[in-house]
Amino acid sequence: MPKPHRYMTREYAHELRLFRTRSAKAWLAVLIAVWLLLPVFFADEFWLSILNYAGIAAIGAIGLNLLTGYTGQVSLGQAFFIGAGAYTAGQVGGELGLPLVLWLPAAGLFGAVVGALLGPFALRLRGNYLAIVTLGLVFLGEHLFRNLDSVTGGNSGASINAEVSLGPLDFNQLTIAGDEYLRNQSWFWLIWGVVLIFALLAKNITRTRPGRAIQAIRDRDVAAEIIGVELGRHKVWAFALSSGMAAVGGALYGAYQQFVSPDEFSLFLSIQYIAIIIVGGVGTIFGSILGALFLGGLPALIEEYSDSIPGVATTASDDGFISVFTLNQAIFGLLIVVFLVFEPRGLAAMWLRLKAYFKAWPFSY
Amino acid sequence: MTEFLQLCFNGMSLGARYALVALGFVIIYRATGVINFAQGGLVAVGAYLTYAFSNGANLPFVLAVILAVACAGLLGAGIERTVLRHMVGEPVFAVIMVTIGLLFILEQAVTTIWGFDALNLDDPWGVRTVDVGGVVMAVRDLWALGLAAAIVVAFFAFFRYAKLGVAMRATAFDAEAALAQGISARSVYAVSWAISAGLAALAGVTLASGAAALTPTIGAIALAAFPAMIVGGLDSPVGAVLGGFIIGLTQALTAGYQQDIAPWLGDNFAAVMPYVVMILILLVRPYGLFGTKEVRRV
Repeated sequence: MPKPHRYMTREYAHELRLFRTRSAKAWLAVLIAVWLLLPVFFADEFWLSILNYAGIAAIGAIGLNLLTGYTGQVSLGQAFFIGAGAYTAGQVGGELGLPLVLWLPAAGLFGAVVGALLGPFALRLRGNYLAIVTLGLVFLGEHLFRNLDSVTGGNSGASINAEVSLGPLDFNQLTIAGDEYLRNQSWFWLIWGVVLIFALLAKNITRTRPGRAIQAIRDRDVAAEIIGVELGRHKVWAFALSSGMAAVGGALYGAYQQFVSPDEFSLFLSIQYIAIIIVGGVGTIFGSILGALFLGGLPALIEEYSDSIPGVATTASDDGFISVFTLNQAIFGLLIVVFLVFEPRGLAAMWLRLKAYFKAWPFSY
Repeated sequence: MTEFLQLCFNGMSLGARYALVALGFVIIYRATGVINFAQGGLVAVGAYLTYAFSNGANLPFVLAVILAVACAGLLGAGIERTVLRHMVGEPVFAVIMVTIGLLFILEQAVTTIWGFDALNLDDPWGVRTVDVGGVVMAVRDLWALGLAAAIVVAFFAFFRYAKLGVAMRATAFDAEAALAQGISARSVYAVSWAISAGLAALAGVTLASGAAALTPTIGAIALAAFPAMIVGGLDSPVGAVLGGFIIGLTQALTAGYQQDIAPWLGDNFAAVMPYVVMILILLVRPYGLFGTKEVRRV
């Protein structure tokens, strides 16, 4: 019997494979090569720091996508868990002086535990109610960060001096085989390494039995309950996992920036994360990363080239009618609206369509 | 005792503004099932339009307010027509985010046109106060209370007796059945948005008047009005009004007494008090005080 074509699916397991085609494996290899080589050949401090922040955002966005995109629970609370992670890094990594392999998981664990404790209360509610209760969580969290002076330094913020080394590799001043690397270069390897791990982890979770259970909840919770999915338990673990990932992102954020203040963990941060998954693609892991790159890079691009955009005032004395900050915020709002109205499945869907187009090229179907 | 009464008055007058905003939320929610996060933006637009008409165009204040409310209403209906209508049938999460996106656009439009500086609204109330038995009442607060009361009465009459009001209730109850009766769901949706935006504008005016200055952060009141709406129950106008007053009162009383009773709660705890009240009430009653329990059918 001749071998069937590689696109042909004969079993359910085929649909669930991590790499459905040989080219997917090749793509992963290319991505890993880019991850390893990009900082070497592209040692621009400014763009590397943009990429680093985008990577940090991608970690939290993957978590949020598991909760919102795969489980269907809207959460505006991501900022609280990011803050919690950052301060945990400050305490465990900075004050206690524990190494990276301990403080990073500790931050994730702390976020997950807090998420698991809050989950049962929040997740009794559905849809609109859940969104607004998690909004309350952000405000209460910000209040906590402002007033828990001994841990968070209060309004004036806290510096985070966590040690960032993995065995002989110190990511603050990396030296490999006699070559010294910039801080941004070394952090790129660290951050995007963590992104890679979490992306694979999340992708694999969605292929497991509990992963399919949460997607069933998203699609129709009553139906899921009838086929034997325990709603409460699955929602709570998805919430805990998402919070834990946000906290890991937050810990890296704090340690990378070396300073955090409560102002950063406001509702706006949560909204940014939701915007990332909307623009990137709700319900796709790949989309979370695309969205983080896009929304992280766009403000930087606008700032960099604001001189050549007509009507934009770069300094206070300029006579443009809109400031860079205002323009960025407006574009941010516009992107959310435009994507949701015209491309609700985000950049990831655009990418898949493009791929499908070339697969069938030159035929249109 | 005087201090307590003073705090109660402050709370009630704050609550009146929350009630106005929350009533706007509920009207849109009942008609279209959307929680409108852009309400804060509409509050700001209404207040700034009043500023433009009264200070800029030198119109009498009453006329300026009426014009601003009308313009905000048109804007609301326009938003519904151009953006939200595309979102009918989309998931809750997507619709919420669209309104958040709109909030950003409205806020930035306001700061682009009027800047970040604090402006003074040219209102007739000024900083005048009335002293009633030791309780100092700002005239603008009395007006806010009076306006809120008048509007609440007008609304209940509107929904009870006016043809359009009854049509709106019918659509909220069952959109398909209402359509079958010849009610145009489209115009009901647009009118709901217009009314709600008008209410937001009015809340904006009462917030920006008198001793308070007009700044772009004025829309933040909508965030504190969420708890008011949730406490009352998402789909209950009575609940929205009551919720507004409950939240306003607890916030004012917390501001007055928390430093003495429970200083360990931290500075400015009153600002987050609405959320605490909201979470506590939701723990006991997941659909708010007056909300309808959602019946899920398979």
